[in-house]
Amino acid sequence: MPATIAQKLWDAHVVRSVEGEPDLLFVDLHLVHEVTSPQAFDGLRMVGRHVRRPDLTVATMDHNVPTRGGVRAADELSRKQMEVLEENCEREGIPLHRIGSRRQGIVHVIGPELGLTQPGMLIVCGDSHTSTHGAFGALAFGIGTSEVEVVLATQCLPQKKQGGLAVNVSGSLPLGVTAKDIVLDLIGRTGTSAGQGHLVEYRGPTIRALSMEGRMTVCNMSIEWGAKAGIVAPDDTTFSYVQGRPHAPKGFAWEQALDYWRTLATDDGAEFDGQIDLDADKLEPHVTWGTTPAQVVPVTGRVPVPRSETDERALRYMDLKPGVAIGEIAIDRVFIGSCTNARLEDLRAAASVIQGRHVHPKVRAMVVPGSTSVKRAAEEEGLDAVFKAAGFEWRNAGCSMCLGMNPDILAPGERCASTSNRNFEGRQGSGGRTHLMSPPMAAAAAITGHLVDVRELI
Amino acid sequence: MPPVSRVAGRAAPLDLADVDTDQIIPKQFLKRIERTGYGPFLFYDWRRRGNFALDKPEFVGASVLLTGANFGCGSSREHATWALRDFGFNAIVAPSFADIFRANCFKTGVLAVTLPESQVRHLIDLVSEDPTVQVVVDLEAQQVRGDGFSYRFEIDAFAREMLLKGLDEISLVERHGSDISAYEKTRAEWLPAVKA
Repeated sequence: MPATIAQKLWDAHVVRSVEGEPDLLFVDLHLVHEVTSPQAFDGLRMVGRHVRRPDLTVATMDHNVPTRGGVRAADELSRKQMEVLEENCEREGIPLHRIGSRRQGIVHVIGPELGLTQPGMLIVCGDSHTSTHGAFGALAFGIGTSEVEVVLATQCLPQKKQGGLAVNVSGSLPLGVTAKDIVLDLIGRTGTSAGQGHLVEYRGPTIRALSMEGRMTVCNMSIEWGAKAGIVAPDDTTFSYVQGRPHAPKGFAWEQALDYWRTLATDDGAEFDGQIDLDADKLEPHVTWGTTPAQVVPVTGRVPVPRSETDERALRYMDLKPGVAIGEIAIDRVFIGSCTNARLEDLRAAASVIQGRHVHPKVRAMVVPGSTSVKRAAEEEGLDAVFKAAGFEWRNAGCSMCLGMNPDILAPGERCASTSNRNFEGRQGSGGRTHLMSPPMAAAAAITGHLVDVRELI
Repeated sequence: MPPVSRVAGRAAPLDLADVDTDQIIPKQFLKRIERTGYGPFLFYDWRRRGNFALDKPEFVGASVLLTGANFGCGSSREHATWALRDFGFNAIVAPSFADIFRANCFKTGVLAVTLPESQVRHLIDLVSEDPTVQVVVDLEAQQVRGDGFSYRFEIDAFAREMLLKGLDEISLVERHGSDISAYEKTRAEWLPAVKA
């Protein structure tokens, strides 16, 4: 029977399947970070359990790490959390990319970068943006801390079978329009929960034409419309990204892997529960105006008239009036970072807008590379110099102001142009106001001091 | 986990859709390394702003939370369900839940129950009018009921069984150790493995 890639990935990981019970799935890679793991390790220790497959488990410090001043700059509780991760990894023999080390970075940036993320794998992490790894044709989803404990102990996870959705994107992205705009437009159309209970496959010529970085951006935000996972079938773009990375297969193993990976595509005639069609030809840069990623409009648009109490609440929180042109909204801060948009390609795109220009005097702007490797690579090609000359702060890698667990937060009332994934109330700091957009759009806002159509600057 | 079969008590309405886990427990409280002690920080920012629904005297001590669609969206932080439980909510009734949040609830022993929008609306109106109304969320009978109302809810049969018996998921999976070992032998050699 013809199958979708999602079905193939699922079936390939079934350890045990019995009617009336969830399938037991095998996890190929378990990514761990300091915030959602301590209680899980503690649960194991209390009953004398150990990690079944430390060789399939990789840890990093990302959520609460300071982006300047090293570990000593962290508050006491954050330091404690990092120490506990060190102890847990040491005891269980789990490799850890600690703060200050060469490969440290946001968990969803370092997995692909190290070649740990490969097509056909099942990847989990105690973080909702684990969907990022689906860009490689992997089945990847976020789990809670109790599930982290189950995976640590057994390397497996009981999961109820999910439905399948197709998002078909056709057309060519116009100049100044990015993968971020595809996914923001999609979420604006579907709402915050249309993906619930589904594995989503992003397909069509526009997705095929995206780089791996762009595909990761799209898959990353799958969770923002409720999807369990986002998947892009692997192709030559995927294979050439993976090839040569530290953990990629080599020699004959590479050929074997390729043969298998090429089978990971949705068969003709395979059925989805639903399909959403998007046209990239007419897509514009998008900006969120509210407090969910679904409250989004093209940058050429205006703050909409509220259609619900939720909209009214959002407008009050964001201190915006209906009918105001998006381009008239002044900003205080710019954040270029996060697992959504802090890879090398994102920094290059932002830098190309900034080159030879200067950050608006009323704006404080920062770049937080997604990983220490991204930072190093950006410095090797001189991007740091472009950002610094323009007045951006150039920081160390981490989740930083995407969720504000470290000192990088908005002050109450501050308004931020951000390349991250969530504009929830208080997400970037209590009382802070977040507008989500692409890296070039955030760069343009930094220069003009207000939300602006990047196409006016390029 | 101790078995859970029913939650009975007063219910508090939080009449909002898309309540995300950043609101339920803001990031500054995720730095603890324990599983308990999150109750005082539930809805921290909203409560601090004052006039918050759950702080009205008539709803203090409620054990059932009635709320809008897509409750618990966003971050996977299980701290959100720990905070709700620690605060005293052992059952949540909503038209829908975010997937990870609902899974976290079941692992925490919090009954996350879905009812159609119209029935949740009726319950919210009911307790808003009379906060003393007693609500029973009965997992055994799959009912949300009280004086003059009874609504049946659907729930995954396996999740229900786990909750009713208070089963430990790890022990259940460990029973299939031989299946896991057999699967491990079939894994492709090229798959990445790491050394500490």
